Amino acid sequence: MKTFLAFVKKEFFHILRDRRTLLILFGMPIAQILIFGFALNNEINNAGIVILNRAGDYESKQLISKFENSAYFNLQAPIFNEAQIEQAFQDNSAKVAIIIPPDFGESLQPHPQPFPSVEGSISSSPPTVGEVRRGQLRIIGDATDPNQAQTLVNYAKATVADFLKQKQNSSAELPITKAQPRMLFNPELKAVYQFVPGVMGLILLLVSAMMTSLTIAKEKELGTMELLLISPLKPFHIILGKVAPYWVLSFLNAVIIILLGVFVFGMPIKGSIPLLLLVTLIFSFASLALGIFISSKSNSQLVAMFLSMFALLLPTLLLSGFIFPIENMPLPLQVISNIVPARWFIELIKGIMIMGSPLSLMLKPFIVLCIITLFFTIAGIKGIKTRLS
Amino acid sequence: MSALPHIIRKEFQQIFRNKVMLPLMFVMPVVQLVVLSFAADFEFKNLNLSVVDQDKSTASRELISQFSSSGYFKTEYFFNSTQQALVEVEKGNTDLILVIPKDFEKDRKTAQPTDVQLLINAVNNQKAGIASNYAQQVINLFNQRNMQLAANSANLSAMPLQVSFSEGYWYNPTLNYKTFMVPGILAVLVTMLTAFLSSINIIREKELGTIEQLNVTPISKFEFIVGKQVPFFFIGMFILAIGLTLARIIFGIHIMGSPLLLFAYCAIYVVAILGLGMLVSTLTETQQQSMFVTWFFMVIFILLSGLFTPIDSIPNWAKAINLLNPMKYFVEVMRMVMLKGSGLSAIASHFGIMTVFALVFNALAVLSYRKTS
Repeated sequence: MKTFLAFVKKEFFHILRDRRTLLILFGMPIAQILIFGFALNNEINNAGIVILNRAGDYESKQLISKFENSAYFNLQAPIFNEAQIEQAFQDNSAKVAIIIPPDFGESLQPHPQPFPSVEGSISSSPPTVGEVRRGQLRIIGDATDPNQAQTLVNYAKATVADFLKQKQNSSAELPITKAQPRMLFNPELKAVYQFVPGVMGLILLLVSAMMTSLTIAKEKELGTMELLLISPLKPFHIILGKVAPYWVLSFLNAVIIILLGVFVFGMPIKGSIPLLLLVTLIFSFASLALGIFISSKSNSQLVAMFLSMFALLLPTLLLSGFIFPIENMPLPLQVISNIVPARWFIELIKGIMIMGSPLSLMLKPFIVLCIITLFFTIAGIKGIKTRLS
Repeated sequence: MSALPHIIRKEFQQIFRNKVMLPLMFVMPVVQLVVLSFAADFEFKNLNLSVVDQDKSTASRELISQFSSSGYFKTEYFFNSTQQALVEVEKGNTDLILVIPKDFEKDRKTAQPTDVQLLINAVNNQKAGIASNYAQQVINLFNQRNMQLAANSANLSAMPLQVSFSEGYWYNPTLNYKTFMVPGILAVLVTMLTAFLSSINIIREKELGTIEQLNVTPISKFEFIVGKQVPFFFIGMFILAIGLTLARIIFGIHIMGSPLLLFAYCAIYVVAILGLGMLVSTLTETQQQSMFVTWFFMVIFILLSGLFTPIDSIPNWAKAINLLNPMKYFVEVMRMVMLKGSGLSAIASHFGIMTVFALVFNALAVLSYRKTS
């Protein structure tokens, strides 16, 4: 035990002496969380819109002023033909275009229809611009980004609906049902609630995995691992001793990130703080264990680095639910996402901080995270060769 | 210049001799492109709906069936109290709760406005916005159908005003998300690979001590840097070519614009990224530092490139920083040329900016490299 403690102490000194790396280790995550917390945003507003007004009547001008005052849209200079739509999409000055039909005003007069065509017909591609049916308002989105296009077309429809509501003069009693939406846990729909836990998971996982995989791979590469192996310490203790200081460092890193989340970005901690810290400790260890696992599979720092950066960055970003919801993915990818540790960490962090859920409601993510941690620890320690070659 | 071909040959040999790295370098990007492109999808279908029906009437059942037949929602659970339904939200089994109040049918019959409550899990703000939007649409449809029925028997003036729409989606009429993501993910993979290789290269020679041997050879700094860049340049372009081929075969994405233009832009881009990598490599002391710094920039480049989240609405200071983000320009060009078929005139400014990046990064790398310590 005494030798083990001495070894841990040696490793600590080793790390603390390298000021520059230490600065990088703490400085970079802080810079990242600050940049992303403030900058990342999935809201869509101020999108450029062009309107081709073929009617020119009073109603169409009213409708246009409605778009002019909308926070979602940024009305561009009027256009006079369809070719200008293509041009506006090409130079990215507009994302949506609207064509107001010549008979817009009179088409507003109520007339019985077989059934309201709210859904509209979805038609495609640039060449078919012209076909505007009687009274039909055409909304065209630049679908290079399909998600944004769909959202904007919906906003445009809502703006038209707003306009209609204003025009509706008859105060006839209609049995209208209205929805009263209430946003639970995040009434202001802040994007930060989505991004801070995600960035936390991404940063902690990668920094921790890179740190451990590199130190062990470096010892292997320089041949100093063999020196350690012939010391009276057990191989298990050597690994543990190497990981211990990094565990402290990444835990500190995590605490700093949480504090920034709370005090800078106004994230709540609705649940239990001890549970939050426990989950963070487990996740840091899982990430470090993943690093050991990677280093056991690589013979040089180069390979260790490549694996911990290339093999971890994009999969963690895409399969953890950080940006893209897991339930939207095809089944095979949903299955793969189960072994992404960040997925469970993000789920737990959101549960504890934002929803204030007790552990009893989050048993699944908690248990899976523990299993993953255990697996990587065992596989990593088994994989490190403890014999001299 | 006579030494240059020899250096290039030496670098190529070194790369092809590493039997562990070689397959990793080529297999990893390809696998990630093919697999991960399927993960990127914002289209929410099958949102989990819980219903608390306090009225249990014909009208309430009609509203519920309007929800379940909309295609947006899976009506999964019925609860007697909102409290019970809220527990399901915390467990992650429910995205939104529809609460239909008592007397819903009675109020409708007496032509009074009725309110239904929607409780939406808003931890994911985007999903909540979409769920609310869908629910709103379903309720509008429900209203319209009932009004239509009423209007057929009553007078015309009670008819609500209506506009009929037609929607069009240009450049991607089927709203296929993969068409949007694949070019972007390919851009990231090419960047990561070339940045990684170049940022590690010199520092590795430094750490292993082999750089001393190179320093005593009669080659100039310029030859040295260029010699190291050339092999990586070809690897980057090769990955791009494979990626574009796969995009066509697997995802059916054709390049709408000129492939030559795309490759020309990518060539300048790769030179810029290699220069940046070299710069990092000359300024750091160990492989570990170099790796962390590269990773730091890579994450910032990726997340602010507009690849996954829209960057039109980021704050102005972030937009200013983002002007220095080479990946932003590359992702934009990839999408413009591949999907919109943009020509040279549309991306001329992108070309100019990237050329400046390439010159500045490489000049700095050559300048900051010291043969003597």
